This record gives sequence, C-alpha cells and structure tokens, in this order.
Amino acid sequence: MTDTLLLQATNISKSYAGVHALRSASFELRAGEVHALIGENGAGKSTLIKVITGAVSADDGTLELNAQAITNNSPRMAKSLGIAAIYQQPAMFPELSVAENIALGMEGTGTWRRIDWTARRRRAQELLDRIGARIDPEMDAGELSMPQQQLVEIARALGADAKVLILDEPTASLSEEDAQNLFKVIRQLRDQGVGLIYISHRLEELPWIADRVTVLRDGQTIETHPMAEVDRPRLIQLMVGRELSAVFPKHEVQPGEVVLELRGVASRAAGLKDVSLSVRAGEIVGLAGLVGAGRTELAHLIFGITPADAGEILMRGKPIKIMDPSQAIERGIAYVPEDRRRHGVILDLATSANITLASLRKVSNFGALDLGRERTVAADYVRRLGIKTPSIFSPAATLSGGNQQKVALSRWLATKPSVLILDEPTQGIDVGAKAEIHQLMNDLAAQGVAIVMISSELPEILGMSDRIAVMCGGRMVQTLDRADATQQKIMELAFGQVPVNGSGASAPTVMMDR
Amino acid sequence: MKLGRYKRELSVLLAYVGLLVVVGVIAPSFFGAANLRDLALNNAPTLLVAIGMTMVILAGEIDISIGSQFAVCSVAAGMLAKVGVPIPMLLVAVVVIGAMMGALNGLLVGWLRLPSIIVTLAMLVAWRDTLRWATAGAWVQDLPPNFQWFGLGQGVGQWLIVIIALLLLVAFAWLLRNVRAGRAIYAVGSDAEAARLAGLQPRRIVFGVFVMMGAFVGLAALLNAVRFSSIPGNSGSGLELKAIAAVVVGGTAITGGRGRLLGTLIGVALLGTIGTALTFLGINPFWEKAIQGLIILAALVADVAMRRVDRRTRQNLAPQSEAAQ
Repeated sequence: MTDTLLLQATNISKSYAGVHALRSASFELRAGEVHALIGENGAGKSTLIKVITGAVSADDGTLELNAQAITNNSPRMAKSLGIAAIYQQPAMFPELSVAENIALGMEGTGTWRRIDWTARRRRAQELLDRIGARIDPEMDAGELSMPQQQLVEIARALGADAKVLILDEPTASLSEEDAQNLFKVIRQLRDQGVGLIYISHRLEELPWIADRVTVLRDGQTIETHPMAEVDRPRLIQLMVGRELSAVFPKHEVQPGEVVLELRGVASRAAGLKDVSLSVRAGEIVGLAGLVGAGRTELAHLIFGITPADAGEILMRGKPIKIMDPSQAIERGIAYVPEDRRRHGVILDLATSANITLASLRKVSNFGALDLGRERTVAADYVRRLGIKTPSIFSPAATLSGGNQQKVALSRWLATKPSVLILDEPTQGIDVGAKAEIHQLMNDLAAQGVAIVMISSELPEILGMSDRIAVMCGGRMVQTLDRADATQQKIMELAFGQVPVNGSGASAPTVMMDR
Repeated sequence: MKLGRYKRELSVLLAYVGLLVVVGVIAPSFFGAANLRDLALNNAPTLLVAIGMTMVILAGEIDISIGSQFAVCSVAAGMLAKVGVPIPMLLVAVVVIGAMMGALNGLLVGWLRLPSIIVTLAMLVAWRDTLRWATAGAWVQDLPPNFQWFGLGQGVGQWLIVIIALLLLVAFAWLLRNVRAGRAIYAVGSDAEAARLAGLQPRRIVFGVFVMMGAFVGLAALLNAVRFSSIPGNSGSGLELKAIAAVVVGGTAITGGRGRLLGTLIGVALLGTIGTALTFLGINPFWEKAIQGLIILAALVADVAMRRVDRRTRQNLAPQSEAAQ
C-alpha cells in the first residue's frame, strides 16, 4: 500500500425526498489499497457508491480524484476519469463475444469507424492475461459462468484504464473457490496500484482481502481502521452502535394459539432452505436479516407467489397447500409487499377500488358489486387510517408514499386476515405516518392478528417485535425472544457464522499468501 | 366536479357534435330519417365488436385477428342457414364458434404468456387463409328466405339489430362497473402482477376477455350477414383497425386499465359518421381514411397532453399532502 491519496470524498450529503441517505459522509481511498466499506442495510453504502460513480449527484460535499476536484460528476465523467464499478450481477451482453464485451465503450466512437477485429481480440486477450483469467475471447459472454463474467467485467474496467475499482458484493453468489480466485485478481490489481473499494456482507472474508475498513451507519461514516486492528465483534458494534432513542408504542399482548407454522419449508427457486417458523395470534414476529437473506422470498413463499417445494405449512395445526396468492387470501393470509408503488397499490385504480380489491366478495351480492357498500367501507378505512386523499375516487397515483402505504394496508385489513405479513412497512415514509402504522400494528395484534414484520431497521425490529427471527443466506438462523435480543446479537446472527469446515479450511493458506 | 371524470369522453363528444353541426348547416338533408337509420345500422356490427375490443384493451391486451374471425363466423352462419338450422340455434352456434376462436387466443396469451399482438397476428393470417382454402374464395349464396332479417322483414329486422347492439352496450357498461370481473379487468390491465398479488387471477381474466371478444365477433357477424343476400368470403377485413381506432378515440388507454364503454360508443359514432358526412358535404369520400387517421392521432396526442397536465397537478399536490401529515 502506498500513501498516495487517490480518491477523497468529503462531507457528502444526499437526501431522497427528505430522507437522509448520507449525512456529511467522508471517505478516502489510497492508490494500491483495498478499502472495505461496510454497514447495515440502508446505512448509505449504495448511495455513496452512486455519488462516486456519478449515478446520483450529491446535495453537498466535495469529491476529489488525485487532488483534483470532480465537478458535475456523471457516469460518463466518472468513467473517463477511471472510476469503474462492478456489481453483484454482472452486466454483460450475453449475445456478444467476450472480446466485444470488453471492447464496448473503449474503442473510438466514430459512426463509420471500421472495427479492427484482430486488434480487438488481441487487446481482450492481453487484458484477460493481465488478471490471469483463462477465458477464450471468442466465446459468447452468455456461455460464461457468473465468476467468469465478473472477471470479464474486471478486464473491461482495466481496459477502460480504471484507477478506482468498486466491487459491490462481488462474492455474494460465488463459491469459496471462485471467491479465492477473485481475491487473487484483486490483490494483483492492488499491487499494480489500483485503488479498490470493496463492499461485502461477508465480514469473515475482510481480513483476507481488505487493508482498511470504513463503517457506515445511518448515512454517516463512523470510523476508519486498518483491517488488522479491528475484529468482527468490534465491526458489528460500530455498525449498530446507535442509541435506541425512538420510542415504540409496543403493547404487551398475551399470545394465543399458534396460527401459522412453517416446518422445514424450502424452495429452490427462492433460494430458501429448511425454514421453520411459528406465529401465534396476537404476536408480532420480526423477521431480521440482511438484504438477500431470503426474508421477502419467505413472505412470497407463505403467500403463494413462489410456492414451497418441500416442507409443511400448517394453519391452526392443519397442513395446507398454498400454490397461488388467491389461495393464501382464502386461508386468511395477507401480504403487504415491499415495493408499494409497484405492487402494493394499483396506480390507475381509484383509492376506493384499491381498498376493496382483495375483498371484493365482501362488498358484493351474487357477483354484483354493491358500490354503496364499497364507498362506506373505503370511507371507513380512509377515516380510521387517516388517509389523506382529495376524494375516495382519486386514483392511487395521486397520493403520497405514506398514504399509498396506508391504502395498501387498508386493502389487506379489509380481508380481515388472521395472518398479516408486512414487508418493510415503514420504509421511506415520514415519521408521522410511521408512528400511525406502528400504532395500527399494535391494535391489530390486540385483536388477535398474527403479524410477521420484515424490517431492515433494527430499532423498529427491536421496538415492535415479541420475537425476532433472524435469517441469513436463505436459512432461519435463530429466533430470539424480545427480552434477549440486542442489536449486536441480531447483527451477529444476520452476518452468519464463519464457515466451519471445508470452505473455511483454506483460510490459513490465504493469509500466508498475502 | 363530477364531469371532470368524463372530460375525455366529453372532448370526443364535442368533436362529434361539431361535425354534426357543420354537416347540419351545410347539408341539412343529412338528418333525414333514412340516412340516420342507415348510419345506425351500418355501425351496429362495429359497435358490437368494439365492445369486446374495449374489454380486451382495458385488460392490457389487443386482438387483431377479429377481422378473420368475423369472416369465419359470417361464412359459417351462411352455411348453417343453408342446411336449415333454425335461427335461434344458428345464433348460439355462431356465437360459440366465435367464442372458441377467442378461447384459442386466450389460451395462448393467458396461459402461455405469448404477446397478444403476435398471437392474434398469426391468427389473423391463419383464419383468413384457412377460410380461403375451405371455400375456395366462393361467396355463400342462395341463402334461405328466412335468413335475411331473420325472416322479420327489413322494417323490423334493422331496428332489432340496432337495439341489440345498444342494449348490449348498456349491459356491458353496467357490468364493467358493477361486477367483480369488470373491476378485475381494470386491475389486470393496469398492472397484472400487482393484481395477482391482490389475489386476482390475471390468466383467467385475459382468457375471459378474449372469449368475450370472440363471442361479440360471432354475434356481429351474424347480425351483419342477415342484411345481405350473399356473404363474401373476405367480409370483415379491416374490422380490427376500425374497432381498435374507435376504442382508442373513445379514450381507452391503449396500455390498458383506463377507459369506459361510453367513450367507445362515441368513438364508433364519430369514425362511422365521417364517411357519410363527407359525401353530404360534397367532399370526395376518398378522404375518409385520411381524416380517420388524423382523428386517431389527435386522440392519442390529447391523451398524452392530458396525462402530462394530470401529472403536473399531481406533482404540485403530492408534496403538500405529504407536508400536511
């Protein structure tokens, strides 16, 4: 590692619709170092990366490359300055050859420029050789495995003369062996003087690969340390070390019978393995985990969007099959999805029609809708949940995010569910609406509804849940009681354990390799 | 306040009234009873087909095979009549034949998830050529006397056709608004995945609208066939464009989810009147298609413009309602 400062971001702030994603975050990268960037979901990692790659513009703060300020950053500008990012899912043109993929955006762009196929192939071969990748440049990119595609992307970045290379969870879907190969390439690049920003949820791999680590929390950069000086518990402590200031209106409810029980359910399509979970009437179970841990996938499984292909689902002790959302609804299961604009409400439909959409049977006689009754029902929910809308006939598209979320909730409350699954119910909505939704959850629990709440916000999980189920890598890791749960414990579980045997055994050799 | 919801229909109605006023001033004979009756009669089959098309488009799909379905149904009606099938059974048979052709489209689009424009393009060609091969291009002639006007005579028969079309329009306008399936059509057309997450079954809805479309084509073919003494093998060609144009001009969003049958009625009337109006105005009727094209374009531009305005008022509204919390 040299001491040459390559990239410096100072006091970067960015907010989306009033919600702060970054608050005066600062970050520096030296030439020839691997700098790990870690934090919980929503800590601001992605936003910081987007600011550096020019995908979004910061509201405030400065960005310097080699002590030169970058103004008016844009993806194009960042690329020309040698900043490249590689994401978890490689972005390839599967129908084009490896050489063509590497050449994209590197060659001159004159309209009539003749393509020099030989030079293109030679160049691709050189770049692949430089990172030690044994890949035929003539192959179609679509035929490559995912790790191979990543290497091609790295070669492409090198071809564009990248000085700063950002790797966003590159090992998330790699096998141990492929990850080790990738690390080898990363070290080579580091030794060649490239500065690498490395984002990963796999804390155990950081000591092998990172030189320094910066922890982000709630949009702020908390601390930066040489990797050798911090251990895993310390990192987790830094990530979650906030004060629990928010007050949650949690009421104690004596839980009733078990309403929903999962016994070893699995789904290959959803990447879920052997998940067991039970929810009692009147209980709120928080589902914690990192993005990609399988929480939304589990909700989709319960709701029949991607049906289970193994295990048992029991409703009040009786085994049931759920192959489709309509079957889930018939059983009294309701699911308020995460992406409300996309799936929670139907934007063209009137607010009233959105509210009754999942319970049309309840407002109709012999198949004919009772529009008067529909109006009454809709007006009732608009009043009870305090939905702010010009009229119950206004299309959902005209409402604000918090109000759309309340409409989505109303739709499912109108089905009178016995199990209610809420996926990030308060994400991106303002404080007032958030408190109202929490209050509503309490009321529902008091009425005996069994609630499963997925949330990436630890204070919300800790504040609202009776029990907390932690998922990691498609598995249920452990279920904690409210009294035993702490932020530290949940994150320890969510980040998973260091691989025990087999894959973990390679660690010492790699350490020596450094 | 309430009229605001119908502004799209009102603007087309305004255009139609404008056309009628111009024709009325220049050529008052346009409003002669015989002419109006002919207009209504000529457009009744289009209206029936347009009812089905409105539902298909509301559900977010399209059917361009209806012209060929229409020809198949027309020829089938004629041939069945010639072998002596009584009128009520004939009616059922033709509607079922249409519905079955629609069901084939519905299966391919709803269950196999094939894009409806390609599926129905294939069917447009396939039915047309199958029919040409089967009939060798011959017209169905020598229809039995009780086939024409259902044996009721022109006086009663022609009004029966117009009344059936209008009754069905009113019935389906009510159904779209007042039954669960109608609501589901709007939801699926607006966002099929979101509709599925609300427990609706988009496949069944898509299948259903194609079946209804086919049934309407069958009925329209029969009501059209009884007006003439013989049935050409190429009847119904270009019908899909007429129907789609009327639906779009009537304010139904081509992307699905928004629109009403009231608009479709005005759309059919407007596009169906222009040709006759031109004749009365002394303009070469060859201009008809060009003017129809212009109206379709104008309707689309008006749609985009109105959505822009809506979005702008929405943006001005949304932050306020957020702040109000």
